[in-house]
Amino acid sequence: MTAVLYIFTVIAISAGAFFFLAGTVGLLRFPDTLTRMHALTKADNLGLGLIVFGLLPLVEWPFGAFKLISVWLLVQLSGSIVAQLIANFVRREEQHG
Amino acid sequence: MSSFLIGAACFVLAATALGLLRILRGPADADRMMAAQLLGTGGVATLLLLAGAAQSPTIVDVALLLALLAAFASVAFVNSVWHSQGKASPAMDPR
Repeated sequence: MTAVLYIFTVIAISAGAFFFLAGTVGLLRFPDTLTRMHALTKADNLGLGLIVFGLLPLVEWPFGAFKLISVWLLVQLSGSIVAQLIANFVRREEQHG
Repeated sequence: MSSFLIGAACFVLAATALGLLRILRGPADADRMMAAQLLGTGGVATLLLLAGAAQSPTIVDVALLLALLAAFASVAFVNSVWHSQGKASPAMDPR
């Protein structure tokens, strides 16, 4: 693996891990349930996307890369759907509770 | 490279564990519903990094399954809390 790909992988995975940490700090310190949901879905999924992006040079092409990208796509789609469901629940609770 | 990837995997795992602390402390039910999603995202990232470190593509299959199960678990959490309140969950809405 060439040096350029090596550096690209290190930078992308470091950025991804940093965004994971930022998402966790947001999860710990945001004041409200819905804002914590923001930190969880946006920042953590961005971190996962950067990690997958950084891992792409390491796996065999094409099927290894396709599998990594499909894992990322599944997490994105399920995360967005679940965020909508939980936010709906929180809004109902605030209206009735 | 593999030691860097294992270090990154440990870092992401530590961040996930720290997030689980908030899930335990959270005052509302909705906070605990996010546990499945946090474990889904953080666990998948850790597994993918370990798959890169060990150069073993079967771990990516495990990550795929974990992402799928985390999605199911999150929907099940939401449904169970809606049911315990005696209302119909929007996830089961046929419309």
